[in-house]
Amino acid sequence: MTLDFALMADKMPEILSGLWVTIWTWLVATILGAGLGFLVASARRYGPAPLDWLLKLYVEVLRGTPFLVQLFLLYFGGPFVGLRLEPIPAGLIGLTIYASAYFSEIFRAGFEAVPKGHVEAAQCVGLSRGQILRRILLPEMTMLVLPQCVNMAIILIKETAILSIITVPEMTGVISAIGSQQYAFVEAMFLLAIFYWVLVETCGYLGRLAEARLSKFRFAVP
Amino acid sequence: MSDVSTAPTPAAQATPQTATPAVLVKGVTKRFGETEVLQGIDLAVPAGATTCLIGPSGSGKSTLLRCIAFLEEATTGTIAIHGDPLGFAEAPNGQRTRLSPQNIREVRSRIGMVFQQFNLWPHMTALGNVCEALVTVRRMKRSDAEARGMAQLRRVGLENRAKHYPSELSGGQQQRVAIARALALDPEILLFDEPTASLDPELTGEVLNVMRDLAASGMTLLVVTHEIGFAASVGQRIAFLDHGRLLLNGSPREVFGEPRHPRLAQFLETYLDRGAAALL
Repeated sequence: MTLDFALMADKMPEILSGLWVTIWTWLVATILGAGLGFLVASARRYGPAPLDWLLKLYVEVLRGTPFLVQLFLLYFGGPFVGLRLEPIPAGLIGLTIYASAYFSEIFRAGFEAVPKGHVEAAQCVGLSRGQILRRILLPEMTMLVLPQCVNMAIILIKETAILSIITVPEMTGVISAIGSQQYAFVEAMFLLAIFYWVLVETCGYLGRLAEARLSKFRFAVP
Repeated sequence: MSDVSTAPTPAAQATPQTATPAVLVKGVTKRFGETEVLQGIDLAVPAGATTCLIGPSGSGKSTLLRCIAFLEEATTGTIAIHGDPLGFAEAPNGQRTRLSPQNIREVRSRIGMVFQQFNLWPHMTALGNVCEALVTVRRMKRSDAEARGMAQLRRVGLENRAKHYPSELSGGQQQRVAIARALALDPEILLFDEPTASLDPELTGEVLNVMRDLAASGMTLLVVTHEIGFAASVGQRIAFLDHGRLLLNGSPREVFGEPRHPRLAQFLETYLDRGAAALL
């Protein structure tokens, strides 16, 4: 028994379109998820206490249940409450919400990690609350949380595979379908593993590049 | 020294600056939960002079300074900056009312603060740190702000480090940038909270020298310090705090001279082996 990748080569256009769907759904969900996560973290920090409890529940439920289950509930359960979504929008919304819970925790820790003295120094020279958030907290936090954000982005690349369950035409769905048609299941999975690994490595490399560029802003320890 | 020989003109004597203290602290207490860190402090910080706040750890000297910077709010009592109430206005019956945020920011902007931990913003260059408030708060043009920022960096001897980030500077250089940042806003009073306490001994000198220059230029400085030698040689007023009370307040000669207050003598013992005794 030998592995025959020629069977796969014939289907390259389909495979590449699946790869493209994986990449863009991942990028969109990561960016929207990080944005929503930042809003959740800010609301919990600056909003009234009841909002904090409500959002804490949101975060805990999303972190305490499998993404697969969340996606099923959204896609198959949605119609029961009048929410009928196409596979791709359902996948994007599901992944964004899932990501926002984790990102909000990263940003929450980031807020805490900015030294209090940096804020006090800003208060002493007369910066307003909004200016302190924009000019001091946000940039300092970005460099503190960058490694965790890259880590989260890497986890999300792999989570996009789950979107295949609700028939999103992304890489895992496309390639495993081809594998079944051609009776080349092992070849398909092997190829899939390589694609994901290359994506993850690229993301990690870009993350390290960004961290290196930010390293001169690192905290000067007195 | 020439100032001493020239007799002050009657006009100069009559200026209100000499009459109104730069900072007037009246009956300030500060409670954190059960512990009363400040137990009724009355202190007048004269304008144009250097006042040093000394005392053992936990005596409340940093808390007092932070109250004057309005980083902490006094539990009771009032603080005035050149006669203008800071944070709270007091009615004749002793009732305190909080002033508007705008008023608080206005009075506060006349005070500069230098921290033990420097607290430079790591994502901005030395010049960026100095110019930040000039641009965002004072709404100066970037080019004007940078010219002014450079002048302040020159004042602390760091114009050739303007483009460096805090992480690329030594502790002493960082603290000098922090002083330049406070100076850029042209404060009436400069507060120092143990400015050399987190520096290596060989780096404290460069910071103390900058502070000596500022003192000599006639700025109003209020310095919380453990550098007794600096306090004795540069301070024109010495205030000694112990357990949240102001025990002594006077000229270095009055405070350090004989007969010494027993509590101060006990406190100074800890410095004898550090060679500071020779300066007293």
